[in-house]
Amino acid sequence: MTLAVFFGCTFIAFGPAFGLFLFTIARDPLRIIILIAGAFFWLVSLLLSSLIWFIAVKASDPQDERLQKGLLIFGVMFSVLLQEAFRFLYYKLLRKAIEGLVALSEDGCSPISIQQMAYVAGVGFGLMSGAFSMINLLADALGPGTVGIHGDSQLYFLTSAFMTMVLIFLHTFWGILFFHGCEHRRWWEIAAVVIMHLTVSGSSFCNPLYVGSLVPSYLLMAAAAVWAYLLSGDLHRTCGASCSVYGVEPAPSQDPEALQDVPVPIHPYPPLSSWRQDRPSPSLQYLFPGLGDPGQPWRGRRWSAVAARPVWLRLAHSNAPLGSRKTSQFWGTRLCWPCRELSPS
Amino acid sequence: MITFMNNSDSEEEPCNERTSLMSAESPPVPSYQDGLQASEAAEAQAHRKRRAGSSCGPNNIAAGERSGSSVPVREIALENEEEELTLKYGAKHVIMLFVPVTLCMIVVVATIKSVRFYTEKNGQLIYTPFSEDTPSVGQRLLNSVLNTIIMISVIIVMTVFLVLLYKYRCYKFIHGWLILSSLMLLFLFTYIYLGEVLKTYNVAMDYPTLFIVIWNFGAVGMICIHWKGPLQLQQAYLIMISALMALVFIKYLPEWSAWVILGAISIYDLMAVLCPKGPLRMLVETAQERNEPIFPALIYSSAMMWTVGMAKPDTAARGPSQQTWDAAEDGREHLQSPSHAESQMSERRSPVPSRPITSLEELEEEERGVKLGLGDFIFYSVLVGKAAATASGDWNTTLACFVAILIGLCLTLLLLAVFKKALPALPISITFGLIFYFSTDNLVRPFMDTLASHQLYI
Repeated sequence: MTLAVFFGCTFIAFGPAFGLFLFTIARDPLRIIILIAGAFFWLVSLLLSSLIWFIAVKASDPQDERLQKGLLIFGVMFSVLLQEAFRFLYYKLLRKAIEGLVALSEDGCSPISIQQMAYVAGVGFGLMSGAFSMINLLADALGPGTVGIHGDSQLYFLTSAFMTMVLIFLHTFWGILFFHGCEHRRWWEIAAVVIMHLTVSGSSFCNPLYVGSLVPSYLLMAAAAVWAYLLSGDLHRTCGASCSVYGVEPAPSQDPEALQDVPVPIHPYPPLSSWRQDRPSPSLQYLFPGLGDPGQPWRGRRWSAVAARPVWLRLAHSNAPLGSRKTSQFWGTRLCWPCRELSPS
Repeated sequence: MITFMNNSDSEEEPCNERTSLMSAESPPVPSYQDGLQASEAAEAQAHRKRRAGSSCGPNNIAAGERSGSSVPVREIALENEEEELTLKYGAKHVIMLFVPVTLCMIVVVATIKSVRFYTEKNGQLIYTPFSEDTPSVGQRLLNSVLNTIIMISVIIVMTVFLVLLYKYRCYKFIHGWLILSSLMLLFLFTYIYLGEVLKTYNVAMDYPTLFIVIWNFGAVGMICIHWKGPLQLQQAYLIMISALMALVFIKYLPEWSAWVILGAISIYDLMAVLCPKGPLRMLVETAQERNEPIFPALIYSSAMMWTVGMAKPDTAARGPSQQTWDAAEDGREHLQSPSHAESQMSERRSPVPSRPITSLEELEEEERGVKLGLGDFIFYSVLVGKAAATASGDWNTTLACFVAILIGLCLTLLLLAVFKKALPALPISITFGLIFYFSTDNLVRPFMDTLASHQLYI
C-alpha cells in the first residue's frame, strides 16, 4: 500500500480526535490526566474481556467454526458491556476526584466540572478504542501488499478508518450522555448508551456489507451528538440566560502590606441547579450569606486569601470589572459543586 | 562481540542512584483538620510574611520544616495554601514529566522499529554472562535469574560505592566518574547510534562532517549537563542520553533476563529508596542535610526557575533574590547558593532578563519542580522498547505499556504529593507495564487480531 493510504487513513481516523485534543484538552494538565486515565480504564476493560474470551476459546473445540463464531459474538457483546461497566467505574472515580479537588481548593469550587470530565473521559475511551482498532492496520498499510487480493473488500482500510472515526466520536458523546445519566439518576439514558453501543458493535457484524454498518453508526453518531449537545447546550442556555454574577467583593484587607494594586476579579457563581434539578440544591443564601447584595463584603471562608490567589484562578475569569454582570461561559466557568462542607460563617 | 570494559562500570551507576523521584522540597503533610477559621487569620499574617520572604520562600520552607523551627501559625497557613498549590502544580508537573518520558519512549520505539541494529543479537554484556540459548525452558529461566542476580548485585555495589563516596565528600572522584560516563554516552554511543541510523537509511557521511557533528553534539552536551546551559537543552540532552542507554540495554540484555531484571530492579528501587538504610534514601537524605542538590547529571528536573523580583518593590524581597541572582552569575556550584534544588537550576542557565511577576504564588508555582532520576527514564524506555521489539510486530502492546507506564507515573506523583518525600518511581510503573505487556501480548492480541480479521468493532 502507499504512503497516501497511510496518511489518508490516519487523518480520517484520528484527525477529528486530534483536533479535539489539541483545542480542548491539551492546554489543561488536569484534562490530560483524565484523558490518559480514561484510556487506561478502557484498556483494563479490554484486558478483562479478552481474558474471558481467551479462556472460552481455549476451553472449546478450535475446529468447530460455528462455536468459534458464537464465542466471538459473545466476546464482542461481553466486551461492550464491560466497557460500559468500566465507564461507570470511571464515573465513580471522577466523582470522588471532584470531591477531593473541591476539598483541596481555596474557595470550594472544583477547577473542572463533571461535564468537562465526562467529555474528556469520553475522548479518552474513544482514542484508546480507536488506537487499538487502527494502529496495527496503519502499520500494515506502510508495508507491501494488495488489499482484497483474495476476494475480500478492497475498501478495507478506508472503511476501517471511517469506522474508527465514528467510534471515537461515539465514545465522546456516550461519555457525556452516560455521566449525565449517572448524575441525574436517569437510568434510561445509561440504558440508551449501552443499547447504542451494542447496536454499533452488532452492526459491524454486517461487514463487509459496509452500508449495514457504517450508515447506522453514522446515524447513531448524529443522534448522540444532538442529544449530547442538547444536554450540555441546555445547560449553557439556562446558565447564560438566568445567570447573574453575584457581585461579591472581598473583605478589605487590613494588611498594610497586602497587594492592593492587584485587581480582584469577580468570581461568578452560576446557579448550582444546572445539572441537579431533581435534587434539592442547597440554598445559596445558606452557603454564601449576604450574597444577594452586590457590593456587600463577603464573609465566606478564606476570602482574605483572594488577593493572593494563584494565577490560574484569576486567569480562569476574563477581565470583568468589579460588580459587573456577566454571563458565564461553559468552558470558562468553574462550576461550583454543592459545597456541603462549607460552614455558613 | 562487544564487551564493555570495567571502566564502563560507570555506565551502571546511571542505573542505580538515578532511580528516585523526589519533590523539590519536603514540607510535612499538611493536616487538613486544622480549623479553617484559625487559618484565615493565620493566612493574612502568613501572606505578609511570605511577601517579605521573597523568592527564598521555598528555601525557607524546606530548611524551616527540616529544622522544625518555623512558626506554627505560619506553618498551618502555609500548609493549607501549599496543599492547594501542591495539587495545582501537581497536575502541571505530572504533565511536565509526561512529556519527557513520552519523548524518550518515542525516540526509543522509533529507533527500535526502524534501525535493525538494536534488535539484532550481537552478544551480551559481561554483567549477564549466562546465555539463554539453552534448549530447555527451565535452564533458560535459571540462566535469566542468575543473570539478574549478577546484574542487581553489580548495581547494588556501585550504588553503595557512590553513596560512600558522597558521604565522605569525595566530590572530585564522583564528578570525574560522572564526566567519564557522560563522555562515553555522548561521544561513543552517539557515534554508534548515528552510524547505525545512517546505515539504515543508506545515507553517506564523510568522516570530517561526522567528526564535526559528533564533536559539537558531545561538547555542548557536556557543557549543558555538567555546567550551565538552557534548561530545555539540558532536558533534551538528558532525554537523549537516557534513550541511548535504554537502547544499549535493549540490545545487549537477553530476552528473559531483561524482563526479570526489570522486575528485580523495581523491587530494588522500592527497597533502596524506602528502607531506612537504603542507599538511595541515604543519598537523598545526605544531600538534603547538606542542602546540596543531587548531581545534576543524574536527575531530570522539570523546574522552571525565575530568580527575579516581584511586582511589589519590596527591598526585603529583593535581597535574597539578588543573592540567588548573584550566585547564578558567579556560576559557582551548589555549595554556596541558598541551595534550593531549583536554585541550582538557575545556575545552569544563562541569565534571563527579569520579569515582573505579579504574585508570590506564581513565583513559587514556577519554582517548584519535580525531579525524576534518569534511571527511571531508562527503565521505562527499556520496557516499552522491549515491548516494541519483541511483541510480534504488534503496536497494541507498545501502546498498552506506554499508557500503563504513564498511569504508574501519575499514581507515583500523586503519592509524592501526599507523602512529600523521595519516592521510588519504578515500582508502580514497571509493575503496570509488565502486567500489561504480558497480558496484552498473550490475551488481547489474539482477540484483537480475530476482531480485525472479521472487521468487527467493540
